[in-house]
Amino acid sequence: MTRIDDTFARLRSEGRKAFVAYVMAGDPDYDTSLQIVLGLPGAGVDIIELGMPFTDPMADGPTIQLAGQRALAGGQTLERTLQIARELRKVNKTTPIVMMGYYNPIFSRGVDSFLSAATEAGIDGLIIVDLPPEEDSELCLPANKAGLNFIRLATPTTDDKRLPKVLENTSGFVYYVSITGITGAAAAQSADVAPEVARIKSQTDLPVIVGFGIRTPDNARDIARIADGAVVGSAIVSEIAAGRSVADVLAFVESLADGAHSA
Amino acid sequence: MQGVTAMPEDLINSFMTGPDEQGRFGQFGGRFVSETLMPLILELERQYEIAKTDPTFWAEMDFLWKHYVGRPSPLYFAERMTDHLGGAKVYMKRDELNHTGAHKINNVLGQIILARRMGKSRIIAETGAGQHGVATATVCAKFGLKCIVYMGAHDVERQAPNVFRMRLLGAEVIPVTSGRGTLKDAMNDALRDWVTNVRDTFYCIGTVAGPHPYPAMVRDFQSIIGKEAKEQMMEAEGCLPDTIIAAIGGGSNAMGLFYPFLDDKSVSIIGVEAGGKGVDDRMEHCASLTGGRPGVLHGNRTYLLQDGDGQILEGFSISAGLDYPGIGPEHSWLHDVGRAQYVAITDKEALEAFQLCCQLEGIIPALEPSHALAHVMKIAPSLPKDHIIIMNMCGRGDKDIFTVARYLGFDMKI
Repeated sequence: MTRIDDTFARLRSEGRKAFVAYVMAGDPDYDTSLQIVLGLPGAGVDIIELGMPFTDPMADGPTIQLAGQRALAGGQTLERTLQIARELRKVNKTTPIVMMGYYNPIFSRGVDSFLSAATEAGIDGLIIVDLPPEEDSELCLPANKAGLNFIRLATPTTDDKRLPKVLENTSGFVYYVSITGITGAAAAQSADVAPEVARIKSQTDLPVIVGFGIRTPDNARDIARIADGAVVGSAIVSEIAAGRSVADVLAFVESLADGAHSA
Repeated sequence: MQGVTAMPEDLINSFMTGPDEQGRFGQFGGRFVSETLMPLILELERQYEIAKTDPTFWAEMDFLWKHYVGRPSPLYFAERMTDHLGGAKVYMKRDELNHTGAHKINNVLGQIILARRMGKSRIIAETGAGQHGVATATVCAKFGLKCIVYMGAHDVERQAPNVFRMRLLGAEVIPVTSGRGTLKDAMNDALRDWVTNVRDTFYCIGTVAGPHPYPAMVRDFQSIIGKEAKEQMMEAEGCLPDTIIAAIGGGSNAMGLFYPFLDDKSVSIIGVEAGGKGVDDRMEHCASLTGGRPGVLHGNRTYLLQDGDGQILEGFSISAGLDYPGIGPEHSWLHDVGRAQYVAITDKEALEAFQLCCQLEGIIPALEPSHALAHVMKIAPSLPKDHIIIMNMCGRGDKDIFTVARYLGFDMKI
């Protein structure tokens, strides 16, 4: 049982859905970002997705791209992203941390070195956007071996024939990308998403979390109703980009969490 | 995976068998894309495999290559250049005489015919100097397809004539301001478009990079250059060339010339990267092989310009067509196994070659092949007179006259 498995078991026993929040590590600067991350569990976040900045985030929309650029301009590195996780682990032993980003910074550091550092920092899972199942030998299999969950994205283009391949080495949960598009784009309609979630659940016992296009507490509630939880990223990052205080950002996160938890 | 195992050249039976089923050339290449795109590139691979063995596909290509592009392009003996250099015989493969003025259309034609077979109605492309964008806009106009070209805002500014050409041809040119607004950012935005418009859109990549099957497919379409050159050289000299040389940004004109010669072991192969202001710690160059290290970007593993933390660096070159921080994965492999040699030429050296070519041969070359020519100028004088060099004159310089005028301090008022 990983921290992620424990979290879903607990939520299930409480009859609640999961609220997953994404923030970019180091955005707008290291200290502010750390304060936000430290406040997320208290704001009702069940799982933290910690974005790893990358110069060329080809699956992300402008909101996340700019967040990455701000973080990099502030000197954020892979090491400092791990440091944020270490700081959270000093005060929180239960909230899962999933690192989300692109492969090159990890490949550049070296897979083995990264995995031992991530495990030591208290990371629970990885979502690496540009590593499809076809490239599992790169990082997915070594990560599984190191005890980290490798969480895969399933998308509207993942048809029934391909789904088993996507699910094969996935653990923790499945992240269903509710639209064909980039992060922060069009809103997801729960009526369209429900059959897709059912389609994935017919092939796996893993929890299915839905993300992309969820911006408001009502969206989060509607989506959480038809899945095991909802992810919000760009909407939170937009608040950070607008220069809101840490307290204001966390208040917004709390409203989203309440939405998802009311499902 | 990260350690590069150099394979002694004589242990490899053929250099022409790649990529493998995973789309790899050794450790390079692959399919590093998001799940949304994965089914699309698998379908593209399947359709390309069918087309590749379909004689009607190649019959259509051959017809259009001949009647629309103007192939075969001549293999031209550059007599005055040869005399001036005083050593090896210099031949130029004249792909700058193609319709639209560069080798880019060889590949675009193949991809657009494939897109039509796949029933795609909307074509997207990225472009740096604008040559691939113009070629794509051209072929889309010919077939009545909707064409959207992503171009870095910085390049839109420095390549204004090509932007206007694309618009005349009916394409929509979208200036890319994300990142730093250059070719790599244009490629990011084209990929974002593709992820968003998966059903009707075909992504026409302009070079031998990107996820499998693009590097192999683009190479196959560009290989017409090397195939023709080989036949034409047999006709002209009754033998193979001793050295073949081409400029490299992403590396499509070079791969096109090199590929048919890979197993001719007597032929030495040289790729010329853009050395910008010099390949050193300032990183003001685009020499991915000479000054980069392996990484993963835009769907493939290849040599990249990057910092110590795996963040991608911007290249710098006077030539917008070479201004890319990566290189096709097959070049990375040829570099590591030692089958091809890669060198860098600075902006200054390329500009000298540009001017000399105008004066001695009456050919205004693009800045990209001027890099290849500059290397010819370096090595030809000390080679014997019976040594034969083919350099790929992959584009004409009309698009570059403003850049060169600026460099030479010539005030061009129009």
